[in-house]
Formats: sequence, structure tokens, C-alpha cells
Amino acid sequence: MEKFNLLEGIAAPIPLINIDTDMLIPKQFLKTIKRTGLGENLFFEMRYDQNGNEIKDFILNKDHYSKASIIVGGANFGCGSSREHAPWALKDFGIKCIISTSFADIFFNNCFKNGILPIIVSEDLHQILLQDAEMEITSIMKIDLENQKIVRNNGDQLDFEVDEFKKYCLLNGLDDIGLTLKSADKISSFEKEYSDKFSWA
Amino acid sequence: MKTMAKSRTLYDKIWDNHLIQSENDTSLIYIDRHLVHEVTSPQAFEGLREAGRKVHAPNKTIAVPDHNVATTSDRLTNFGSEEGRIQLETLDKNARDFGINYYAVDDIRQGIVHIIGPEQGWTLPGMTIVCGDSHTATHGAFGALAHGIGTSEVEHVLATQTLIQQKSKNMKVKVSGELGNGVTAKDITLTIIGKTGTAGGTGHVIEYCGNAIESLSMEGRMTVCNMAIEGGARAGLIAPDQKTLDYVKGRPNSPKGEKWDKAVKFWKTLFSDPDAYFDKEIFLKAEDIAPVVTWGTSPEDVLPITDFVPSPDNFQGSKVEAAKRSLEYMGLRPGQKLQDIEVDAVFIGSCTNGRIEDLREVEKIVKGKKVKSGIRAMVVPGSGLVKKQAEEEGIANSLKEAGFDWRMPGCSMCLAMNPDQLLPEERCAATSNRNFEGRQGRGGRTHLMSPAMAAAAAITGRLTDVRDI
Repeated sequence: MEKFNLLEGIAAPIPLINIDTDMLIPKQFLKTIKRTGLGENLFFEMRYDQNGNEIKDFILNKDHYSKASIIVGGANFGCGSSREHAPWALKDFGIKCIISTSFADIFFNNCFKNGILPIIVSEDLHQILLQDAEMEITSIMKIDLENQKIVRNNGDQLDFEVDEFKKYCLLNGLDDIGLTLKSADKISSFEKEYSDKFSWA
Repeated sequence: MKTMAKSRTLYDKIWDNHLIQSENDTSLIYIDRHLVHEVTSPQAFEGLREAGRKVHAPNKTIAVPDHNVATTSDRLTNFGSEEGRIQLETLDKNARDFGINYYAVDDIRQGIVHIIGPEQGWTLPGMTIVCGDSHTATHGAFGALAHGIGTSEVEHVLATQTLIQQKSKNMKVKVSGELGNGVTAKDITLTIIGKTGTAGGTGHVIEYCGNAIESLSMEGRMTVCNMAIEGGARAGLIAPDQKTLDYVKGRPNSPKGEKWDKAVKFWKTLFSDPDAYFDKEIFLKAEDIAPVVTWGTSPEDVLPITDFVPSPDNFQGSKVEAAKRSLEYMGLRPGQKLQDIEVDAVFIGSCTNGRIEDLREVEKIVKGKKVKSGIRAMVVPGSGLVKKQAEEEGIANSLKEAGFDWRMPGCSMCLAMNPDQLLPEERCAATSNRNFEGRQGRGGRTHLMSPAMAAAAAITGRLTDVRDI
């Protein structure tokens, strides 16, 4: 996995609440057996009309925001299905960070596994960042994961919380399986004890 | 004296039994059953191959194609799409290469992964069960800790039979009293989501309890837990009781003989201690629950069938905009009577309501009647065995005579990955679990409801109060 440290980029405002994974990447694109190539279909139904033409008003179709690497999104972002195709599509598009007041659980975890940082902020900070994102000039912000700061275009630094272990994995681009397999002996001894106790399982 | 520290919830107990190690907030837990389907697994198996890894516990891994399979009788040769064919073929190859349990599409036991897990006795009380599908919560009906995972986690479980997790909080949803006429498990679960919102359960594992929950059959309990995810929860749980044991006993993969006795003894310890602590508690009276439908594009947009389409002004904050957008998408006006809304299609099936009991409910409503002319009504049994049983009980005949299209098992129009899709602006009474924009096909309009309510809508051609039929 790619390391995540300092990100400087354009933040696109998508304040709609309950952005679900069907919106992020509809089912017809789940037939792939690859992780790549989904970016062009991110937000498919909001981004293209029935004839496949770009819908000009949609934020990610606007010239400036088409280069966004951050989304400031509405509450309960990523609700619905567990499809990891949603973060794959975001990543393939170029999104590396999503800021919202809340995320759906599975989507939140899936982001970290793909080098995307989801940041939870308070309602107040969310409003400020949404306003920043809406103006092209102020939409450029920095995300400093090491120091857990969102740096606004005017230089203001906003703190955010992140789980220590997830931060460590992101910063070092670590693969979970490799980490877990370091505990292979522990897993084996647990497994043995467990199968003695719960022989039917 | 109270011993608060030692009192544990059902979730705490299952968690503790599976905890391998814990550091700060991050834990490694052991997984008893890993269910796999064709859509969220190919990239995980590819990852294993690239790293030269094997499946750690093939005997605890169960694969079945469901999301993408066609539901027509020629589905062994007609896949709907070339990409779909490749994906199904990939699962077939992966299952055989890695030596995991597998129900191929031509096996009568094939069906929706969350229906066949319990049916085949893979799902047992007290287990941890994961699958790359958010509706894994279904298995919580057996007092198992079951939840959806992403594909990276699918690969992790395949390689290690463990999952890195942070413990969730405990939430209790208690439904007391007696359910009214025409009120089903689906109405309970939708009403709960209507009350708590789609993010109400975020960060929590819900335990459903109370005599209204206990009164439900295992099928009904699965319907309730299935939609825990729509309330934002990681998982839903119901403590096992005699009904659970009766359902599990004698299934192909459930324990037998001495092992059964030992298991039962343990399963009887699976309940929340009387003074266990819950971070959040919700109480509902069964008498207050009516047959409900959804009007919008979020599962929280729930109202009793006797109600009216709401106005965006009824809401606050960002929900105002969301409601406006929903009404426009759904083609509805504020103040419209829900029962006046005409439907074009009816879909009966899915992991929420594709079990035998659901089909029996539909038969009760439609037997001897006809689906209203012009309405496309489809029944997709949850598994080959559900289909066979319904055929043996005469349900299939009654439904076909009424004008329903009787299909082969799979996820079908719940997520519309296969050719079973709504057309733009086509309106559907559906027994599935999500009414998101485009969920059942681009521009399609979904109203979620119980099988009995969907059956009633098929007869009248509009959203209908099943109590009037």
C-alpha cells in the first residue's frame, strides 16, 4: 500500500447526507475482477446523464474540482453495501482523503485498507471546511497525518483524531496481512485451545 | 451486591471467546465461518495468489455464487453478460483451487449466501461469521456475531482466519408487547430504522430483545437482524432460545451426538447478563408498530401505510435537502396519500425476505386472486431448497396462477447486478432492503415493505394496507 503522509490538494464539497456506496459506484461496475480502473465511473449516475455525457453541474465534472484529492462530504458518508469497489473508485479517481461528520462503519475501515484517510470532524469545523471547499481559491488545503492537522488555505490549523494503529499503518503503507502473520504462533495456539473447547465450531 | 464489572452483554461474551490479542483499541479476533460470493472475492483470491498464500481454514470457508447469477431457467448457459460470466467462472476456479466448501450454480443447495448459511447449518450460535457483504448481519438471528467486511478483509480472513477489529459499543433495542394484525418482522425492523435513522446504530452492535422479538420465528428474526446494517450498526444479535436450537438441529453441518449436547450446554450461556451495561437503549411497543412502507431513497424514510407523503419542511438540517431530492427522484408530492401511489412492478425475494415463511405469507394474500394487469411481479426464492419446498407445498403453483413470474434463486433485483432491473421511473413494491437511488436499476423507484404488503400491492396495483385485503 502507498504511504500516506502530507497531502496538499483540492477539496470538493459534496454536502449531501447519506452518500451510499451505490452512488459512489453502481452495481454494473462490480462485475470486474480487478481493483483498478473504477475511477471514471465514480459517482456514475450523478456524473453522467443517460446518454453517457458529463453532467456539467456536478462538482467533480467542473474543471477545477476534477483534480480534487479531498472530498468534504455529508453525514453518514459511505453507507450501504460493503463493496470495497467504493474506495477503489475513489482512489482511482485520485481521492486520498474524505472529511465528514460521520462515516458508515464498513466504508470507514475499507478506506484505511486502501490508503485513503477518512477524517471525522465536528459540525462546526465541517461547516468551515465546506465553505472553504466551495471557493476555488480556498479549496486547496493540506492534510498532515503525522501531526494530525488540517491546514486551511489561510494557514489555520485544525486538529483531528485518528486511531493510532490505523495512522501507523497509513503512514508506513503497511499491509495488514503481513502484520497479522507476525502473530502466527499466537493464532495457532489460540486455534488449538479453541477447537478443544468448541469442538463443533 | 452488584458485580457490574463482571456482567457482560451477549456481544461481550462472543467477543471475549474469540479474542486472540488486543493492543490499545485494536484487537485480533478469530473467525468461525467465512462466507464468500463472486462479487467481493476475486481480488482477494488474486491477492493470495500474488503473495503465494493459502486459505488458512478451507473447512470454515463457504463459497456460493448469488449476486450476479441469472434467475432464468437457462442460466447455466445464459449469463446475462460476459463480465458476469467471467466473475462466476472466477469464483468456481478459486473455490476449486483453494479447496473450500462450494455450492455451484447447478447445485440445488445454491442460493443467497445469507440464506444458505443457516439452511446448511454453517451458522451456529456464539460464532463469529463474516462475509464480504453488509447483510451478513442476518446470521445474528442465531446469536452469532456476524458482519460484513471489505475485500481487503476478505483476503485477510482467507489468509489468517482472523480479523483486525475494534470493539463496538453495545446497543439494546427492546420491542415489547403483541404485534398487531398484518404486522411482521419487516415492519419491526423498518420501524426501528425509521426511529433511529440510518446512522443511529453506527459504532454499535445491536441486541434485539423483548417478547415481540422472541415471538418471531427464526425466519422473522433473520429479517430483523438483516437490516441492522441499514440502521448503521455493525451487527444485530438475538439471544438463542429453544426456537434457535430447533432450527439448527439436524442441519447438514450442525453438530451431532455428543458434540450437539456439548454445544447446547454452551449455547444456553449465550445471553446478556441481567445487569449488563448498554451504551444506548431504544424501547418500542409492538402495539405502536403498523404495516409500513418507505417513501424516499433512504431506509429511514419509513411511514405507516395509512400516512401521507411528507413535505421536506417536516425535516431539519441537511435532511431538508435530502428529502427534496428524494421526492423528486421518487416522483412524489408532499401530502399524497401513500395508498394512492401506483406501482409498476413487485419484487419478492432477497436475503431479507426470500425464505419459505415469506413465500407462505405471499401465498396467503394472493391465493385465488390475480396480479393486477400490467404489473410485472417477480418472485425469486432465496435458495434452491426454498424453491423446492415452495414447489412441494403448492406455493409456487398458487403464485404462478396469480400471475407471478417464478424464478431461479439469487440476489436478483435487490441489487440488480444481473439482468433483473427496473426501468427508469418504474416504481416497485419490494421486499428487499435498500431503496437507494438507482439501487434496482437506474432511475428505478423502490418502496420497501413486507412480503404480505408487497403481495397486496401486486393485487391492487398500488401501495396497499394489507389489513384491508
